[in-house]
Amino acid sequence: MFLWIIKRDLLLAVRRRSDVLTTLFFFVIVVSLFPLSVGPEMNMLRTMAPGVVWVAALLASMLSLGRMFSNDYLDGTLEQVLLSPQSLSLLVLGKALAHWLVTGVPLVLMAPILGIQYDLPAEALSVLTVSLLLGTPVLSLIGAIGAALTLGLRGGGVLVSLLVLPLYIPVLIFGSGAVEANMAGLGYDAHFSLLGAFLLVSLVFSPWATAASLRVSME
Amino acid sequence: MAINWFKYSSPASFYSLAGKMIPIFVILAVVLLIAGLYVGFFVAPTDFQQGEAYRIIFIHVPAAWMSMFLYVVMACWAGIGLAFNTRLSSMVATAIAPTGAMFTFLALWTGALWGKPMWGTWWVWDARLTSELILLFLYIGFMSLQAAIDDPRRADKAGAIIALVGVINIPIIYFSVQWWNTLHQGASVSLNQAPAMATTMLTGMLIMVFASWMYSIAVILKRTRVIILERESHTAWVAELRKKEAI
Amino acid sequence: MLQGSSLACVRGDRRLFKDVNFSLEAGGLMQVRGPNGSGKTSLLRMLCGLSNPALGEISWCGTSIRALGGDYFATMTYMGHLSGTKDDLTVVENLCISSALAGIEVSESQAYEALKHMGLGGRETLPVKVLSQGQRRRVALARLLVCQTKLWILDEPLAALDVSAVKLMQCLLEKHLEQGGMVVMTTHQEIDITAASIIQLQLA
Repeated sequence: MFLWIIKRDLLLAVRRRSDVLTTLFFFVIVVSLFPLSVGPEMNMLRTMAPGVVWVAALLASMLSLGRMFSNDYLDGTLEQVLLSPQSLSLLVLGKALAHWLVTGVPLVLMAPILGIQYDLPAEALSVLTVSLLLGTPVLSLIGAIGAALTLGLRGGGVLVSLLVLPLYIPVLIFGSGAVEANMAGLGYDAHFSLLGAFLLVSLVFSPWATAASLRVSME
Repeated sequence: MAINWFKYSSPASFYSLAGKMIPIFVILAVVLLIAGLYVGFFVAPTDFQQGEAYRIIFIHVPAAWMSMFLYVVMACWAGIGLAFNTRLSSMVATAIAPTGAMFTFLALWTGALWGKPMWGTWWVWDARLTSELILLFLYIGFMSLQAAIDDPRRADKAGAIIALVGVINIPIIYFSVQWWNTLHQGASVSLNQAPAMATTMLTGMLIMVFASWMYSIAVILKRTRVIILERESHTAWVAELRKKEAI
Repeated sequence: MLQGSSLACVRGDRRLFKDVNFSLEAGGLMQVRGPNGSGKTSLLRMLCGLSNPALGEISWCGTSIRALGGDYFATMTYMGHLSGTKDDLTVVENLCISSALAGIEVSESQAYEALKHMGLGGRETLPVKVLSQGQRRRVALARLLVCQTKLWILDEPLAALDVSAVKLMQCLLEKHLEQGGMVVMTTHQEIDITAASIIQLQLA
């Protein structure tokens, strides 16, 4: 059933490719706006790059959170998911994973190209990509809690950002920190280990909290 | 003598109990506040490094302590409300949030006022300041979530989940910010070298901390009473109360 | 088998109902009646475990449905106001995926057969968004054919259905009851169903 829900969400994403593409282009546009606002000076852009790419990834991932549950809520399929004999936490994990595959992975793949725009050295590019690879699933997992809590509320989209963005801060710090450390010639292993630790912790706790939130929101 | 504490977990009896307790805490808060401010402004000596400006700590430090402490208390009550389905504990949690947010804001504001003469700038991205700012975001998130939900029971439970998630995250956030701050040790300012404090300064500060406690309790009780009235407005005992007060 | 004792429901400040008691045996049909806003849907959502009663206890075979959790969901099918179909998926995909999520894997041929029975033959590979309201309802109801659960909880199953579909539904329900199944349903339309026992639950 875990696989079924992933399969379903991926199938839906394929049928609605525009949703995936809008998130990706949002990411690209936000990153491209920064040089226009602060000037094309390459040294400054290089130092800014990790932060800019990470903040844009955060925002892009957050923007698509609304879709994670609200479509299912509106057409009644969420009720059926809640009434599945399978454990709800596992199904929620499946949904978060599907969300990551649809929104997170394209961001990860796009990041090196955007990094080149900012003249990042090759090694920093790979560090940036790996940090996003480790960090974006955490964004989907934590975001799922916010999406579940704001289900069906007026102004849910803005509210979800208020709830979720403060919780994203550790991922942001260590994600962009890894790239900065690499560019400064320092080791970035610790950053990666911590991102990995966040991923494990959120894999354990977030589906559970999301399931509880869904039950509260659907009551 | 056995007191039936569970009696007070019903909103109706808590309402009358809180009504009796509020004046006590108000008086205590006022007395302690006057004493604390007196010690702080007239008894405590001028700091030889920081001059008179340091006296803001008599407000700043208690506010910062209360802001963190109240978040944990709020999450505890919200968690109890979620686990045992007790309405009153959730109402208390809801009542704590604005007071906690107020103290967080006060801590940030007085911190900025202190920072200007000390460091020559209103704001530095110090680990503590940044964490405090994030704490303010967490409070605001909690309050806006509850405000957006019309059904009070759903608001209680949803608020409880976000408060608990926040409480788990606070240490992680604090630690991350600390790390981030040491990584970017560009600014030479550090709050960690607190000068040895004179006893009178410490006394003044402790009195102010107790005053903040008493104030918080009084305000939270008052706010809980209002929430009870709002939520129980359809019940018989509130109708009776209304009749009594009309006379 | 399905029992409710002194159930009460509160929505906001209003108490919708209290002291609702019933006991539904195998082969029994319970029709929940009442005017709009009397809490029919709320009661059904409680019975399927989506929400908790303000007071009272719902039990299945003597055990509280809260305690049963997933085991209860495996014996029950709920159909609410919303059809629970995905607009972008085809009819057959909808049926296969929704039954898979309910714990029953359906082969494609089984799905085709059920859809044909529900009068959707030839439309299996159309996306649901091009179907009419009544046809969507039929897609949702096709799930009852493939998921042989014991208890069906149906909220207005006849809404938007045409005469032939109502007839079909009637046969489906009678067959299910004959085989010892149980049905809890609300409906505003009159429907003539023969069953071993019929309970009429009137909400004020």
